[in-house]
Amino acid sequence: MKPPLTLQVRDLAVSYRGHEVLAGLSLPDLFAGELIALAGPNGAGKSTFLKALAGLVRATGWVRIGGEDCLRWSVRERAAHIGFMPQTLPLDTWLTVLEATLSALQGNAVGQRQSDEMRALQVIEHLGIGELALRPLFQLSGGQRQLAALAQAVVRGSPVLLLDEPVSALDLAHQWQVMSVARRLADEGRIVLVVLHDLTLAAQWADRIAILSQRNIHSFGRPADVITDKALKEVWCVQARVRSCEQGRPYVLVDGPAGPPTQHAAPQAPLHGGGEAPAGRDGVLHYG
Amino acid sequence: MSARAVLRNTAVDHTPLRQPRPSGRGEARQTQAAASQALLHGGTEAPAGTHGVLHDSALHEVWRTHRRVVRRRWWMVGSLVVLTVLAGLGDLFTGPAALPFMQVLHGLYDPDVLSPSMQVVLWQVRLPVALMALLVGASLALAGAEMQTILNNPLAEPFTLGVSSCAALGAALAIVLDWGMPGLDAGLLVPANAFLFALGSLLLLQLLAHWRGAHAQTLVLFGIAIGFAAGACLSLLQFIASEDALQQLVFWSMGSLARADWQSVAILAVVVIVTMPFSWRAAGQLTSLRLGEEHARSFGVDVTALRRWALLRISLLAATAVAFVGTVGFVGLVGPHVARMLVGDGHRHLLPASVLIGAALMALASVASKSLVTGVQLPIGIVTALVGLPVFMGLMLRRRGDRA
Repeated sequence: MKPPLTLQVRDLAVSYRGHEVLAGLSLPDLFAGELIALAGPNGAGKSTFLKALAGLVRATGWVRIGGEDCLRWSVRERAAHIGFMPQTLPLDTWLTVLEATLSALQGNAVGQRQSDEMRALQVIEHLGIGELALRPLFQLSGGQRQLAALAQAVVRGSPVLLLDEPVSALDLAHQWQVMSVARRLADEGRIVLVVLHDLTLAAQWADRIAILSQRNIHSFGRPADVITDKALKEVWCVQARVRSCEQGRPYVLVDGPAGPPTQHAAPQAPLHGGGEAPAGRDGVLHYG
Repeated sequence: MSARAVLRNTAVDHTPLRQPRPSGRGEARQTQAAASQALLHGGTEAPAGTHGVLHDSALHEVWRTHRRVVRRRWWMVGSLVVLTVLAGLGDLFTGPAALPFMQVLHGLYDPDVLSPSMQVVLWQVRLPVALMALLVGASLALAGAEMQTILNNPLAEPFTLGVSSCAALGAALAIVLDWGMPGLDAGLLVPANAFLFALGSLLLLQLLAHWRGAHAQTLVLFGIAIGFAAGACLSLLQFIASEDALQQLVFWSMGSLARADWQSVAILAVVVIVTMPFSWRAAGQLTSLRLGEEHARSFGVDVTALRRWALLRISLLAATAVAFVGTVGFVGLVGPHVARMLVGDGHRHLLPASVLIGAALMALASVASKSLVTGVQLPIGIVTALVGLPVFMGLMLRRRGDRA
């Protein structure tokens, strides 16, 4: 029997031209079925962490996927086990969404063209871009291209999925759709790691959250334990209020930079529901 | 039960939901999860759910449309074959010596029906020139197509990356200073030198890429810099050259098919035939590289190796072609672009289409070079752009609306 799917990371370090980008990062074991969110300020090393797992940057350390040393895998082996969605969008090409998704399948056996194509189409359709399947990528908006990139990462059905900011260009409905797909893929028995900047979104969907700061892990645990006023102040240097919705999951309201208030601090009034309304009697700007 | 144990258990029994979610959404999710249970576990059966925008039948319709598009592209490649053959034949039938159409056709498989002088014209002049045109066009366009993909730059072609300048420099060294590989007979000195310098420029590029990490942008900049340096050396040689050598050099760099003979045709043919299967094998990987380097690598493509081997193929193709006919621009740049407009970015279609369009373009240019000015065969390098530009512009203008 195959060993249960786990992802173990110890002392993962990445250096780029003598400059340390990731300093010996370790995580508790991650298990099949988990959706893990990675959060942290820009430059904390979130993308580097995913790229190191996906083999796109050279890394040292002890990393095991299902007990196997994934840093030693060949490019092809890695692609079979890991689906990676880079932060960069696919380029402007004449390739259609379907062709792009199919090219992510090229390591697979040749000769099953029709099943490959139907499978790619199903994945595309489930991401809500079925109608765009035959449109060339250069005709798509940034958000649509991001969904196409997600289709490329997902189509191989690999047991570990690494998604680097999959919702950064998406509207609310598509954010929900992408997160629900990520959730579903995790529920099917995968390990899904998602880099998210939106902590509320992370808290809503993730089983556990890893907060990265200054090239290492700051904290790791369940959303309610990790997302705290203190962490927001320490890691992001913002003054924020963490509230809890009925289901016990936290959500975050950012008031402004930590420390003495500056001129650039966000207006507090609308959040408090009182004070000086900027325009209109009900605090809403009405046009026309 | 600890959180971890919960996770482990649920992973086994595939319970779609295990944590409280806001109601309503949770319900929707449950149906979705059930509908798409088989989504990623293979099988050609579409999941029974209809949560997306399209139904199963609609999905099949999309698939059929996709197959139709693919079939249409193969038809396009097929018609390009016909076009190329016609262009090649047209090249064969044009020339200063009047050869009747039927006699040429007849003479192709039975040379004895022709008079001796006609035999010489057909077999020693027309045929090598026509084949050379096709081969040069094919190799330059194939080199250009692969180059544009691996460097992710629509302007990349052997000409813009300094290959031609370096070849011209090599030729100039042979013509002006009589400097070249020892032990070669005089006739081969110029092409051999041009070949070595063209190959050298691309290998230098490769080496730089190897040392500094093969960033596409860096490679393009290096290539352009090498081209400028070679151009400067070439000017220096022209400055010190005798009038005789200078004239020879200028004619060489204008590019000419008139130098084609069976030996050079055979050499170039071997290079093209040997490299093409490798290009074909890399077609899938090249396609995924069009999406971006990170995407290709995440699909399991070893981009570094892909780039290295592609550059080697490009070096051989471009250097050999340029060595025998001199500087011929435009085909390597425009051939792939025209092909892309006709068959898209999938390299299984793009590479053959580029090869065919390049070949046809060169053959048509050869026809024009012989017929534009009566009694004079213009250098082919001058004609390619003049013939190719109207075609290219026409296609660009027709496509304008799409890309805006």
